[in-house]
Amino acid sequence: MKKQKLRRSMLFVPGSNTGMVCNAFIYKPDTVMFDLEDSVALAEKDTARLMVFHALQHFTYKNIETAVRVNPLDTPFGLLDLEAVIRGGADIIRLPKTDTVDDVLEMEQEIAHIENKIGREKKTMMLAAIESALGVVNAVDIARSSKRLMGIALGAEDFVRDLHTQRTKEGHELMAARNQILLAARAAKIGAFDSIFSDIKDKEGFMHEVAYIKGLGFDGKSLINPTQIPWLHKAFEPTPKDINWAREVIEAAKDATIRGLGAVSLNGKMVDAPIVARAEWIIELARASGVLGEEA
Amino acid sequence: MSKKVEPAHAGTLESSDLFVRVVPCECEGVEIELESSVYEIYADAIKATILESANALKATGIKIMVQDKGALDYVIKARVEAAILRAYGINEPDWSVL
Repeated sequence: MKKQKLRRSMLFVPGSNTGMVCNAFIYKPDTVMFDLEDSVALAEKDTARLMVFHALQHFTYKNIETAVRVNPLDTPFGLLDLEAVIRGGADIIRLPKTDTVDDVLEMEQEIAHIENKIGREKKTMMLAAIESALGVVNAVDIARSSKRLMGIALGAEDFVRDLHTQRTKEGHELMAARNQILLAARAAKIGAFDSIFSDIKDKEGFMHEVAYIKGLGFDGKSLINPTQIPWLHKAFEPTPKDINWAREVIEAAKDATIRGLGAVSLNGKMVDAPIVARAEWIIELARASGVLGEEA
Repeated sequence: MSKKVEPAHAGTLESSDLFVRVVPCECEGVEIELESSVYEIYADAIKATILESANALKATGIKIMVQDKGALDYVIKARVEAAILRAYGINEPDWSVL
């Protein structure tokens, strides 16, 4: 199974906020997500675009995954954003307001065109943000529509507006969308990412939501404040019991390989490929969380 | 660049940022006026960065006035380029030179 990159935390950084652009890497989110869309005023679209173009090339962002939320292609800013950030070297383009497969295909075509024009060999990935009822209904087709898609994400603020409701702490209004997005992502074997939690002072509410979406199976969550990063990472940290189990599974799998067996039994339970993949995932999470050294 | 220059500005006076104003002038090339919180140590480096950005855009006959609040090199480039592009009324720059 292909090793999946950890993307627990995707920190939104407004492209117009110089202080945040310069300092976001310090907080060590798994992915820095520069924003050129909703957090940037119309009058500053040009300056934010230039700022992100240069930040992407700065050495402080060389060892961290970078995503950029560009403006929709049907605005005067979308294509300009795309050209700047692909030239800047963004790893991922976050598509805002993805309603249909055509939205993905159109963006994919424009990305490919720019890559060809500038001779960029590395393929830019895409992350489709689903922010409407139509997008949720089409999530399965959207998730399968492009090999460049590394994931789909719920954009809850616009989504609840589209549903004619509002966000609550309980999150019942997001239940259908979360489940649909998660199933669509898993069916397409790509990542699933939850929406922001906007009350940055409510740690308890945040942790409750993280536990819930982690339990559902989401890979991670978008964040708007760096304060939430250690909280989120802590919530994703495996327990010593999980780590011991993972080690035993990996040892058992190695033993099975040596003996030429496809599956093996551990404490009376079968260990096969999905179980091994789960164990490897736990070890990777443990390393990223700092509770396990690189040598482990 | 032969396009007409209009006064323009970009940036802020917040920490780690800079405020850049560009105005037409009767000068040859580019004239730079710099105020900086780190002037004594970095004035030459900051001026060199400003000039590099202006040259990349082939800007001439302009005065660039900068109030720097300890910005990183790439922030200086981004703000100076933005102010110059605005002064020339250019919406789609040639990214390959920036």
